[in-house]
Amino acid sequence: MSAAVQPATRDPALGPRLVLVAVALLLLWPAIELAEFDPRKLADPGTLAVMGRFLSTFFPPATSPEFLALVLRSTIETLALATAGMTLAVLLGLPLAMLVSESLSTSRIGPARHAWLGLAARLPVRAVLIFMRSIPEIVWALLFVRAVGLGAAAGVLAIGISYAGMLGKVYFEIFESGDTRPARALLESGSARVHAFAYGIVPVALPELVSYTVYRWECAIRASVVMGFVGAGGLGQQMELSMRMLAGGEVATMLLAFLALVMIADGVSALLRRVLV
Amino acid sequence: MSARPFIAAPWAVLAAAVAASAASFAYLGVDFIALFTGDSASQMARFAAGFFPPDLSPEFVARTGRGVAETLAISALGTILAAAGGALLALPASGRWSVWLRPPARLVLNVLRAIPELVWAVFMVLAAGLGPFAGCLALAVHTSGVLGRLFAETLENAPPEPAAALRNAGSGATVAFLYGTLPVVLPQYVSYALYRWEYNIRMAAVLGFVGAGGLGQMLYVSLSVFKTHEASTLILAMIAIVTVVDVASAWLRRFLGS
Repeated sequence: MSAAVQPATRDPALGPRLVLVAVALLLLWPAIELAEFDPRKLADPGTLAVMGRFLSTFFPPATSPEFLALVLRSTIETLALATAGMTLAVLLGLPLAMLVSESLSTSRIGPARHAWLGLAARLPVRAVLIFMRSIPEIVWALLFVRAVGLGAAAGVLAIGISYAGMLGKVYFEIFESGDTRPARALLESGSARVHAFAYGIVPVALPELVSYTVYRWECAIRASVVMGFVGAGGLGQQMELSMRMLAGGEVATMLLAFLALVMIADGVSALLRRVLV
Repeated sequence: MSARPFIAAPWAVLAAAVAASAASFAYLGVDFIALFTGDSASQMARFAAGFFPPDLSPEFVARTGRGVAETLAISALGTILAAAGGALLALPASGRWSVWLRPPARLVLNVLRAIPELVWAVFMVLAAGLGPFAGCLALAVHTSGVLGRLFAETLENAPPEPAAALRNAGSGATVAFLYGTLPVVLPQYVSYALYRWEYNIRMAAVLGFVGAGGLGQMLYVSLSVFKTHEASTLILAMIAIVTVVDVASAWLRRFLGS
C-alpha cells in the first residue's frame, strides 16, 4: 500500500536507455569499421616521438627576418588572391543572376511570342550555377592546380568559379525577394531591361547585395588559406610546406598570421557592412 | 532590410573596390588573358575533355560507393566524438565548475575552432597515420570547439529551477545536472550536432586531400596518376553527396518545423 508512494531509488528509464545505447552502438559499428577507428594508433611510440618532436618545435615561433618577410608576402598574396577571386566571382555571378531573374522577364508582363525561349535560356544557366557551387571550392582549386599549375592563379580561378555559383544564386534570391514592382512598372511602360534593372531593382537590392558580397569576401580569405594546402598559393601553401618539413616554429608563426588575418578580415567586413548598409 | 537608404557615397565605394581588385590582380601578376587564349586555352580544353566520360565500370562504382560510405562514417564518428568533447568542454566554459575555469576553457574552445579542419587533418595524419581515422579525429577536434561554444551558451541560458529543485530535495550536484539540466538542454544539443553533421559531411569529402581518407583521398590519388575518368566519377559522387545532404536537410527542417 505504501509501495505506491515510495520514491524510486533507481532511474525508471534506465533499462530502455541502455537498450537505446546498445542499438546505437550496433548501428555505429560499421561506421567504426569503415573509418578504421582505432585509438591505439595514437599511442604508437614511433609516431608519438615524431609528434612530440614536432610539437616541441612550435615554441618559440620562427621570427627570423627573412621568414617574417616570407610570411608577410604570403599573407598579402592570400589577401590579393581572395580579392581577385571575389572580383571574378562578382563579374561572373552578377550577369548570371540577372539572366535567371524572372522579374526582368518581358514575358512576365503579358503574352509574349517567345516565352519558351526565356525559359529555355534560364534553365541551363541555373544548372550551370548549381554545378559551379556544388563542387567544393577546394576541389576546384585542385582541378585548377592540375590545369594551370601551382600558384595563385589556380586559387583565383577556384574562388571565382565556386563563389560565382553562390553569388549567382544569392543575388538572384535578393533580386526576387525585394520589391519587384518598380522594375515591372518600368518594363510595362516600355523601358529596356537594362534600365529596369538599374533603376527598378538595384536601388532596392543594393544594401543586401553589398552586405552579402562583403561577407563572402571574408569567407574567401578563410577559403584561400585552406586552398593553399592543395597548392593554390598564399599562406596555406607555405604552411603546408612547413608542416611537411615538420618545422613547428614556422607553422606556429603562420598560424598566428592566419589568425590575425582572419580577425582583421572579420573586423573590416563588420565595419564595411555597418558603414555601407 | 527593406528600403533603408544607402548612406555612404556609392561611387567612392565602387571606386575603392575597383582599385582594390586592380591592385590584387597586379600584385599576383598572373596573366589571366593568356591563360584563356591561344595555346593554353586549347590545353585547358583538352584537360577538361579528359574527364569525359566518367568511369562507370561496376568495380569502380563499387569503390566509389565504399568511398561515399567511408566519408559518411568519418563525418558521423567525428561529429559524435565532437558532441561528446563539446559537452565536456561546455561545462567549464559555461562557468559551472568555477568562474576561474571559464576563461581558459573558452580559450581552448576558440583555439580548436580557429584552426581549420584541413590544418587539423595534416596534424592528425602525422599523429595517427594516413587514412580515415585521421580525418575523423580532425573533424572531432575542430567541431568540439564549435559545438563546445554553442553548448556552453545553451547551458548558460538553461533555466536553473529544475536542477535547483533537485538540489533542494537533497540530490548531489551530478545527479541534479543529469536529471535537472541535461533533459532541458539535450534537444538543443542534438539539433546543433545534427546541423554540424550536415556541414561535416561536406568537409569529410575533401579532407582526404591531405591524406585523411574518404572520397577526397581517392580523388587526390586518381588526379595524381592522371586517371581523369575515375576522378570525374568521384566528383560526380561528391556533387551527389552535397545535393542529397542539402535536399534531405531542407526536407527534414520543414518536416520537423511544421
